[in-house]
Amino acid sequence: MKRKKKKNLQAFLFVIPAILILGLFVYYPLIKNVVYSFQSFGLSDTGKKWVGLANYTKLFQDKTILVSLKNNLRYAVVSIICQVGLGLVIAAVLEDIAFKKISPFFRSVYFLPTLISMTVVCLLFDFIYNPQMGLLNSLLEQIGLGKYKQIWLGNKKTAMYSVIAVSQWQSVGYIVMLFIVAIQKIPGDLYEAATVDGAGKLKRFLYITAPQVRPMFFVTMVLTVVGAFTVFNEPYILTGGGPGTATMVLSLHMYQTGFVKNNMGYASAIAMLIFVITAVLSAVQFFSFGSDEEA
Amino acid sequence: MSRQKIKNKHVYGPWEIVWIVVLILLAVMILYPLFWIIMSSFKDYAGIYGDVWGLPDVWHIENYSLAWNRGISRYFVNSVIVTVCSLIGVTLVSTFAAFGICQIKGKGGNALFLFCMCGLLLSPQVCLLPLFMLLKSMGIKNTLSAMILPYIAFRLPVSIMMIRSFFVGISKEMEEAAIIDGAGLMKIYTSIYLPLSKPIISTVIIMTSYYAWNEFMFATIFVDSSELRTIPVGLMVFRDGLMTEWGVVLAGMVIACLPLVVIFLFMQKSFVRGMTAGSVKG
Repeated sequence: MKRKKKKNLQAFLFVIPAILILGLFVYYPLIKNVVYSFQSFGLSDTGKKWVGLANYTKLFQDKTILVSLKNNLRYAVVSIICQVGLGLVIAAVLEDIAFKKISPFFRSVYFLPTLISMTVVCLLFDFIYNPQMGLLNSLLEQIGLGKYKQIWLGNKKTAMYSVIAVSQWQSVGYIVMLFIVAIQKIPGDLYEAATVDGAGKLKRFLYITAPQVRPMFFVTMVLTVVGAFTVFNEPYILTGGGPGTATMVLSLHMYQTGFVKNNMGYASAIAMLIFVITAVLSAVQFFSFGSDEEA
Repeated sequence: MSRQKIKNKHVYGPWEIVWIVVLILLAVMILYPLFWIIMSSFKDYAGIYGDVWGLPDVWHIENYSLAWNRGISRYFVNSVIVTVCSLIGVTLVSTFAAFGICQIKGKGGNALFLFCMCGLLLSPQVCLLPLFMLLKSMGIKNTLSAMILPYIAFRLPVSIMMIRSFFVGISKEMEEAAIIDGAGLMKIYTSIYLPLSKPIISTVIIMTSYYAWNEFMFATIFVDSSELRTIPVGLMVFRDGLMTEWGVVLAGMVIACLPLVVIFLFMQKSFVRGMTAGSVKG
């Protein structure tokens, strides 16, 4: 009994570095963030003033929060349709035996944008959306749709969807890859039995593929929705939230409130809002499927 | 055999042709912009502005050396340092932790594992402001460590999770034999667990490199001296500084992408395994 205790203690020493690093750089900031959200202070202030729930009541009066939430929600909806929905269909098509020979090529091609850093992708789309020489306007003109030419990132109506499109372009291949991994794990005899029963491809997709990849469907849903509610890089680089607040999202609003408007307390309250939304979503995934095994 | 034939007969119907067209269209939508970056990186301003779609008239190969000499080299070296330090840190700390968690008998091990896993619920955005204040008060804001330490911390949960599930699968026979020979835990870690877990460690290395090489938010907020910028942030500054020299900026963009694309081409299998295992992207 004593020896077991001693061994446990020795083993615990191995975990200490991880506990220290996680504690200092992940959990301590989270607790600190809770404290900050009840205070009012600027970046270089030495004293912090307690303001109680003032920062939280402000959340409900701030119109930009509403705009941001709406934009994050749009992000989530488009991502679910384009990445999860379309991604599943593309994965199923690529795994169809008709495309067996060519599917590795397409798989790799679709995956390529995932490798490229968001900055490069954003700079690329800055060129594509450029109103004067951009590829998109030039393409529209050449195929006779010149009347649809836009200042894509400068027009309040198109800016948000243009930003969202960038993320879809980058991430759909990654989700396709996840679904392919899931589809490859489905036992082949399920399909054979269905084929013998005369089920067509559509039926096989609806009654075998779709239900069998349900856990992965769930994982990708959480992944894309959490991604949509924490998105920062794309609007930060492409539009800075503008024009006006047309492309404002929660984390960008948090950043600007804290670092530009120098209101760290209120920014922390916004961070708490992001935390609640994302932690609830991730917790659902974490506890209902367990992340122990590869999904 | 005969069944195979029947299947093949039905393979290319009208729907398959429609799908092939869709697949090719999607591939073009992805490949053409990438091709465009590479092609335009050999052009000068007039070449891009005058003819966006055309091939370069004159191939300005010097765009690459210009980009490299005007700052990209500095950013590139910084990115290499940050990436290498992060992956060494993540690998060491997470293999240690996973090993320790596996060795602790009883509820303690599970509790520690849960402690590490809760980090998965946290997105870096939530910790951004307090982390900034913390790094400032530690006096390491605006140093390379201001990126390396948070990168290590935020990669730990997923790495520990993957390594632990690998360690659990290692057979206990060798370990028991080693214990009878009087080996301590450190000996068991270095001579049994580490050598056996090369595949999972390479997966963790790939995931960490991917994350550290491309990370933008921490890098842009925690570091403001241009000497210390990594490539993703450096590129933004680079673009603002060069204004109209688009060819040079595009060359810089190509240089930024090269390392990961090369690794992907050579190690496609482990790359894809790394990126899909645990399904947690950076």
